[in-house]
Amino acid sequence: MKVRYAEETFAQWQRQFETAPKRSDGVSSTTVSGADIEPLYTSASLSEGPEELPGEFPYTRGIHAAGYRGRLWTMRQFAGFATAAETNRRYKYLLENGQTGLSVAFDMPTLMGQDSDAPTSRGELGHCGVAIDSLDDMETLFRGIPLAQVSTSMTINSPAAVLLCMYLAVAEKQGASMKQLNGTLQNDILKEFIAQKEFIFPPQPSMRLVVDSIEYCAKEVPRWNTVSISGYHIREAGSTAAQELAFTLADGFAYVDACLERGLKIDDFAPRLAYFFDAHIDFFEEIAKFRAARRIWARHLRDRYGAQDERSLKLRFHTQTAGVSLTAQQPELNIARTATEALAAVLGGTQSLHTNAMDEVLGLPTDKSARIALRTQQMLAFESGVANTVDPLGGSYFVEALTDRMEAEAEAYFERIDAYGGVIPAIEAGFMQKEIADAAFRHQQELETRQRLIVGVNEFTAGNEEDEIEILRIPRRLEQEQVERVREVRRRRDQAQAARAVTQLRKAAASPRENLMPYILDAVRAYCTEGEIMGAMVDVFGLYTEKAVI
Amino acid sequence: MPERNLLAEFKAGNIRGLARAISLVEQRDPSVRHLLEALANGARRPRVLGFTGAPGTGKSTLVDALVGNLRESKLRVAVLAVDPNSPYSGGAILGDRIRMQRHALDPGVYIRSMGARGHLGGLSVASREAVRLLGAFGFDEVILETVGVGQSELEVAAIADTTLVVLTPGLGDGVQMLKAGIMEIADVFVVNKADLPGAQKTMQEIRSMLNMGPKLSWRAPIVGASAIKGEGVVEVLAAVERHRAHLEATGEAAKRAEARLKDEAADLVAEWARAQARRLLDHDEAVAGRLRRDRIPYAAAEEILTRAGGRLVPEAART
Amino acid sequence: MSELAAAGAQVEEPARPVRIVLAKVGLDGHDRGVKVVARALRDAGFEIIYTGLRQTPQMVVEAALQEDAQVIGLSLHSGAHMTLFPAVVEELRRRRAEDIVVFGGGIVPEDDIVELKKQGVAEIFTPGAPLQSIIDWLRNRFPAR
Repeated sequence: MKVRYAEETFAQWQRQFETAPKRSDGVSSTTVSGADIEPLYTSASLSEGPEELPGEFPYTRGIHAAGYRGRLWTMRQFAGFATAAETNRRYKYLLENGQTGLSVAFDMPTLMGQDSDAPTSRGELGHCGVAIDSLDDMETLFRGIPLAQVSTSMTINSPAAVLLCMYLAVAEKQGASMKQLNGTLQNDILKEFIAQKEFIFPPQPSMRLVVDSIEYCAKEVPRWNTVSISGYHIREAGSTAAQELAFTLADGFAYVDACLERGLKIDDFAPRLAYFFDAHIDFFEEIAKFRAARRIWARHLRDRYGAQDERSLKLRFHTQTAGVSLTAQQPELNIARTATEALAAVLGGTQSLHTNAMDEVLGLPTDKSARIALRTQQMLAFESGVANTVDPLGGSYFVEALTDRMEAEAEAYFERIDAYGGVIPAIEAGFMQKEIADAAFRHQQELETRQRLIVGVNEFTAGNEEDEIEILRIPRRLEQEQVERVREVRRRRDQAQAARAVTQLRKAAASPRENLMPYILDAVRAYCTEGEIMGAMVDVFGLYTEKAVI
Repeated sequence: MPERNLLAEFKAGNIRGLARAISLVEQRDPSVRHLLEALANGARRPRVLGFTGAPGTGKSTLVDALVGNLRESKLRVAVLAVDPNSPYSGGAILGDRIRMQRHALDPGVYIRSMGARGHLGGLSVASREAVRLLGAFGFDEVILETVGVGQSELEVAAIADTTLVVLTPGLGDGVQMLKAGIMEIADVFVVNKADLPGAQKTMQEIRSMLNMGPKLSWRAPIVGASAIKGEGVVEVLAAVERHRAHLEATGEAAKRAEARLKDEAADLVAEWARAQARRLLDHDEAVAGRLRRDRIPYAAAEEILTRAGGRLVPEAART
Repeated sequence: MSELAAAGAQVEEPARPVRIVLAKVGLDGHDRGVKVVARALRDAGFEIIYTGLRQTPQMVVEAALQEDAQVIGLSLHSGAHMTLFPAVVEELRRRRAEDIVVFGGGIVPEDDIVELKKQGVAEIFTPGAPLQSIIDWLRNRFPAR
């Protein structure tokens, strides 16, 4: 790119900059990730090469030529708590208020593949999401919501195949065809080993299940997004933006490799791989991250994997604002933080967005705080004007330079991961875990030494004592009701059919060539509980324990 | 906290008594002597398995699997996980328990994480006495696990009846480690992660190193294992049993036991004398003055030994 | 105590460090906080025994007893603190080890903190608590001997 100013003009600016008095309060020459930034970027920062347009390879400026003029992002608020019946009410409330897609949060026992009456489920029911034990609960969750017409995202990983089968079985009962179903399964087990740690089986059988579900959906549920390859949890565990980008894309390539190894064709499954990123508080760095992600994916899919279908090359992603950036002090400020982060996601071209509620750092969001979070997105979409221009920051010296650098940093990480022999060996060696822990510790130390300021935490703390925030509590009786419900399901069902389904599944699990999806679906239809189904697979696959990486 | 009676806790089989006694040993508190001498089985020695190997070889996973196996034989097992990396002063993060926590609730298993904390005698003095305490408490087997860095593996070998050196294929450390003196201490080689490519090559490398060395009465067997899958664990234990039988049959066991006791006694004398010497050197003007004048230590050392005479035994250890 | 005994115990070896079992109880796997705390406490001179994820109250207490720890630090982000934190205190009581100090960290609402303290949890640190405040609190509880 041609530099569009005279050298002496720049020198003059530099002199002026150097002699100008500078602030000392909270000015930083690094991003929140610790990446160096210059006080000024100019046309000299732009890379060579032809100008790129939206909808054009490698899609840095977005995957749609028309941007949000064609279609707005989907406002998808992650929600779930207590029982299926309670959550069903919240979903209807959100849909009535203009939300355009559902997103299911499951409680910890469900995420960890165990039933509500397991001893270690005590105290955990319904806190982080909704408790689902069997098809019976799933039917309640979607009662009155036509699955053929909504799109549903399910945040679940180790037991993802089981919950997907429950969803399919509900759709079947509603009379919907699997071919009509729209939605996304998180199903990203690799980031569990790296960051969120909700793993159950060891990496290899876990990967098998992921590939099984991809293979099955490619044929039977063609509009379903089979994996939502997630950087969100990597970032929330303390990584930098570049680490989030690199580790997430590396995971994506690992799924591609595993599917190819299974014998699938790249263009048969790649269009249904989606991404999920964090929108953190460092505004421009985040925008650059989203843009770099699209570019990296497109280049690797085309040049390394030989994908030809354009849909394989286009990285689509969901974004959630950063939970970790929220503060318990002066929680109303979280509305402003979330708005800033949401704006970054929109300017980065996200396909769907969750905005956090201000009180999530204190507990479960109330109806009111959940509504404010949704309204924040609606303000961005309909008041701010940012959706009227495609990639409005394209050509920004700063954003383009950051995008290039983000891509280079990711490529450097790919090489380091390759040196371990791939993502799984790198996980087993603790490589990514260590990088993330180091970054998290560095960030915390910056806060301790006040090199980095957070309003209400280490600066501007006046007013911290005034908070009176109402939070939602889960009544204890719901826990007992759920425990009784799952026991009732076990009593009521056709015992022979249930036992047979579990035995068949166990047998299939022991035979590596079988795709487990049909077996899981049968077990779900027979009202086997999640714990029973996962238990059958644990019998064969074993449990995983990680090594300590601190 | 109320005054504790370790002897009573120990006799009652209270795990807290054992745990505190091991802390005392770590702090080199001489009063542990009374505890051991007061116990009927204070001299009972458990069998000690030493485990060493480079980081990432899967030692903890292997130990975890072995513990499971030994428990099936109803043996009471203690694991001392020693981290030689923790610095002299200041804290440490000990994370070896993680891999073994599934045994946490088994009353026949005791797991203790030890930092090195710059013990003067390295790990050996503290862990040797810890082994004694564990034997007195009724444990049949003690597994002493440490990362093979610095001198730690030699110290493990000095305490263990059988030393197992764990290697993995493809770490590039195979031959190097063998050169660094591991040959001499290994009674059994375990090639863990034996399902990875390169396992055969690693085993071959060890074999040729053994062939190049002197011919010994015990040739260390090489066992392939995949601890994470639970494969090869039985074979590892079988190799240990063979080694034990060999030690018994050749009389080596008795010889080693005697040598170890002599080492222990000599180390205690050294430790006690050293403590006394330091005290005199730091607090006794006559000794310190002499050292300043002489600028050569022999006469001062002799004076310390003469003056200390029969009072070298720390008061807390006197009977 | 004679000079010799004093010398034997103290001259060469560092004093007994405070041993702390840090554990993640409950089902969630969010270990960012516990790891940052572990490092900070190590750097401040404490000896940390990290027991990893998904520990039951029984496992945590057993580890603390076996490790001769004076302190148990619990981390939890799933919302089950009102069940699991008191369960650890109760288990300590059952094992006659009430002298072991329990503190916790995680998303814990103010009302719950009051209640947990009533039930015997010594302190709760919520997200955003400076690491130094945890260190200071521990140093205050365990002055150097």
